[in-house]
Amino acid sequence: MSATLTKAQEVTILFAGDSGDGIQLTGNQFTTTNALFGNDVSTFPNFPAEIRAPQGTLAGVSGFQVHFGSIEIFTPGDMCDTLVVMNAAALKANLGKLKKGGTIIANSDGFDPKNMRLAKYADDAAPLTDGTLAGYRLISVDVTRLTRECLKDSGFGTRETDRTRNMFVLGLILWMYDRDLSATLKFIADKFAKSPAVAEANVKVLNAGYAFGETIEANATRVSVGRANMPAGEYRSIMGNQATALGLVAAAQMSGLPVFYGSYPITPASDILHDLSKYKNHGITTYQAEDEIAAIGAAIGASFGGHLGVTASSGPGIALKGEAIGLALMLEMPLVIVNVQRGGPSTGLPTKTEQADLFQAMFGRNGEAPVAVVAACTPSDCFHMVLEACRIAVEHMMPVFFLSDGYIANSAEPWRFPKAENLPAIKPRFATADDLEDGRYMPYRRNADLARKWAVPGTAGLEHRIGGIEKEDITGNISYDPANHQHMVNTRAARVEKVADHIGRQTTEEGPETGDLLILGWGSTYGAIKAAVRELRGQGHAVSHAHLRYINPMPKNLGELMHGFKHVLIPEMNTGQLSFIIRGKYLIPAIGLNKVMGIPFSKDEIRDKALEILG
Amino acid sequence: MTETLDRPAFTPKDLETDQEVRWCPGCGDYSILKQVQRVIPELGLKREDIVFISGIGCSSRFPYYMETFGMHSIHGRATTIASGLKASRPELSVWIVTGDGDSLSIGGNHFIHLLRRNFDVNVLLFNNQIYGLTKGQYSPTSEQGKLTKSTPLGSLDHPFNPLALCLGADSTFIARTMDRDPKHMQDVLKAAHLHKGTSLVEIYQNCNVFNDGAFFTFSDKETKKQNGLFVEEGNPMVFGEGDALGIRLDGFKPQVVSLSDGFSPDDLWIHDPTDRGKAGILTRLFDDPASERAMPRPFGVFYRESRPTYEDQLQAQINDSLSRSGKGDLNKLLRGRETWVID
Repeated sequence: MSATLTKAQEVTILFAGDSGDGIQLTGNQFTTTNALFGNDVSTFPNFPAEIRAPQGTLAGVSGFQVHFGSIEIFTPGDMCDTLVVMNAAALKANLGKLKKGGTIIANSDGFDPKNMRLAKYADDAAPLTDGTLAGYRLISVDVTRLTRECLKDSGFGTRETDRTRNMFVLGLILWMYDRDLSATLKFIADKFAKSPAVAEANVKVLNAGYAFGETIEANATRVSVGRANMPAGEYRSIMGNQATALGLVAAAQMSGLPVFYGSYPITPASDILHDLSKYKNHGITTYQAEDEIAAIGAAIGASFGGHLGVTASSGPGIALKGEAIGLALMLEMPLVIVNVQRGGPSTGLPTKTEQADLFQAMFGRNGEAPVAVVAACTPSDCFHMVLEACRIAVEHMMPVFFLSDGYIANSAEPWRFPKAENLPAIKPRFATADDLEDGRYMPYRRNADLARKWAVPGTAGLEHRIGGIEKEDITGNISYDPANHQHMVNTRAARVEKVADHIGRQTTEEGPETGDLLILGWGSTYGAIKAAVRELRGQGHAVSHAHLRYINPMPKNLGELMHGFKHVLIPEMNTGQLSFIIRGKYLIPAIGLNKVMGIPFSKDEIRDKALEILG
Repeated sequence: MTETLDRPAFTPKDLETDQEVRWCPGCGDYSILKQVQRVIPELGLKREDIVFISGIGCSSRFPYYMETFGMHSIHGRATTIASGLKASRPELSVWIVTGDGDSLSIGGNHFIHLLRRNFDVNVLLFNNQIYGLTKGQYSPTSEQGKLTKSTPLGSLDHPFNPLALCLGADSTFIARTMDRDPKHMQDVLKAAHLHKGTSLVEIYQNCNVFNDGAFFTFSDKETKKQNGLFVEEGNPMVFGEGDALGIRLDGFKPQVVSLSDGFSPDDLWIHDPTDRGKAGILTRLFDDPASERAMPRPFGVFYRESRPTYEDQLQAQINDSLSRSGKGDLNKLLRGRETWVID
């Protein structure tokens, strides 16, 4: 008897298993299939810091969550509808994330005595058979045995055979969610183009998994999720780090400047370096330095030479770059500093997400050292905001922070990618011999935005010296004069404020610009806030959502906007850093919703806090 | 970006800035500045293509006194900034000015990586074996037991042998000269400029306030001949009054011999700056000149080798990428490998 097919608006699936089980690949392939079908999707990979954590243990569990729907999707989903587990540890670690009555697909081979012991289950426990999972729909499948059965005549050894088990699971899940195999077949053909035998084996196992669905009877309900009503256009899937790399390539093109990317490998920023290292024909030079300080030093050197210097890291590396950021500020030189934030302090939680480096970006230097700070709110927004960071750096001649985090860096979403011809131009202002005054070049002569010109070596007549010592305005000569230092400190602060003249006003994402409650976010909390506000507004509450992408300076109308609401709630994955700044700057009693657990907010957490405030 | 103006070749005078030179009167830095200003106009460079980059310390004020492009950066990091500049603008003539503290202490890591990468830059390492700008603490090249403000009972650190360190980091050009021998310094600076790759010039520089006379034994008339060994390519290593002494190699072991004692110049070690093994021996001639039976301290170009520079290899990769894939198409990149259309 074949299973019934029901319809759903949205579904969340969590794939979990050992790091080596191919979980990320399975999840990505399922996501691609749904995106190509026309769903809106959002994903969240969650993996251990160790490259190959001990097999079968709780510490070694790798997860990939995907949320897809026929409605707009803003987050990777809070609780999941279906949990796919390759072993006992994966079940134990993730059962709490499954909705009551949800479906468990378990690889029964991963529940043998050894795996049970590694997962630290009690000696007499047998979750697949002892009835403890009675509240769920359990589909226990001996994936290992069925895969080996399927490939027994292929000539592959056990090791090679077992490596295709994830294809069985993928086939089964594609069947359960009413998707065809075409995207995966194409993927297999591409990936194993050079080894037809391996490709054939994967296809065989994939088909076996799909066919297996037909045999499991009514225990499984097949679910169909229709196409989403998304804006018309051409889409691709994008992750935050990919988008950051593309944004930097776009900056090179839109400014006409070669981009020099100096970096030292660090999780979760390294993928930007990997991507950019392939784009040499796009005007990108990557430089893997000996350490974080050398990475930013080299970027500053490139900027001195008239290229756009960019450096990237995560919190611990940014800490090392602090002095050099101060130098770039004193030199008044374009520089983009990318921080893909992770859990801190110190080494902290390298593979987990957090937003606790906002103070570091704002204040993490000696002296009065304000820099511009922008932050991306979704994976695709990394493209736009890093491009903005480049624009500000070049046009205002200053170091600019671009903040991302581990969550959006590795999450994926559909992206209606822009056309190059519609991107904003970036206009560098290079000094020439025409700028000489009585035969002398004045390196700190400024325009209305208080930006100096870029005088690069190789330009005859412009020979001059700059440095980290306090300098006289206009001439750039060393000066220890008290009034001049006051003037220069004020000028450097005013330069950052001038950026606000070029960033537009703060608007709301959801809801009008007045009401009972404004939920003000920044960075990767975007999706959860947006989903919560949609729900609250649907229930008739006067709640709006505004999201800050420019943090220093803030849009000029932000204070006015906040005053239009009775309450302001600021959810952050830190202990209240934006709240602190907002309270200090605007004297508004903003309420913080704070969490530092290495995982993003759920929609429910934000909704519940909002309801508490609304009374 | 580069404009070419027809300007006459410049003179040493043209390299002076309008800034007051603020080193202590009598500092060895004055001589180095003078020799650099004298040599550079002879190198056939355009003044606008010259960049001096320094870190922090007395020596690092140098760029302010050179009418070229210059950056006075942060402590120990001039090497990193120069690397990024040379990688992106290989046509520039980049000079790094640093001291023993700046390059070997706080900037030690960057220093060795600069050498192994072999950017075509010149490093002028002012070694005065003391911290001057912070007023007299011992440095990583100070002799052990040094009595300073921070080491009233004597310093415990074993000092670096800078040129041995550089050779260990696979430097492609190492040389030593000193502030009090202008002619020698000019020759060494020219040789450094001519070398394609990182040219490391250690310059013994007198700090007359905190470490006065540290190197006088190599420059004073009475002792110079006995304690200094001025090596030249193809010449036997002779020293001492009337060049009466020489160095011969007994296997890998250098020996001082007297030319009036049955040895002829043909028996001596002939300097070959392309011989890496012998350069290693030369860097190890590092005895305290006050010690008994000290070997003389060598000056001159110790070693040079030809190895591709970082920036040339980088440019080759860029050119290769362009010739294989053509100039990048941003729209194609933005589309990625797989797209779908929503109507």
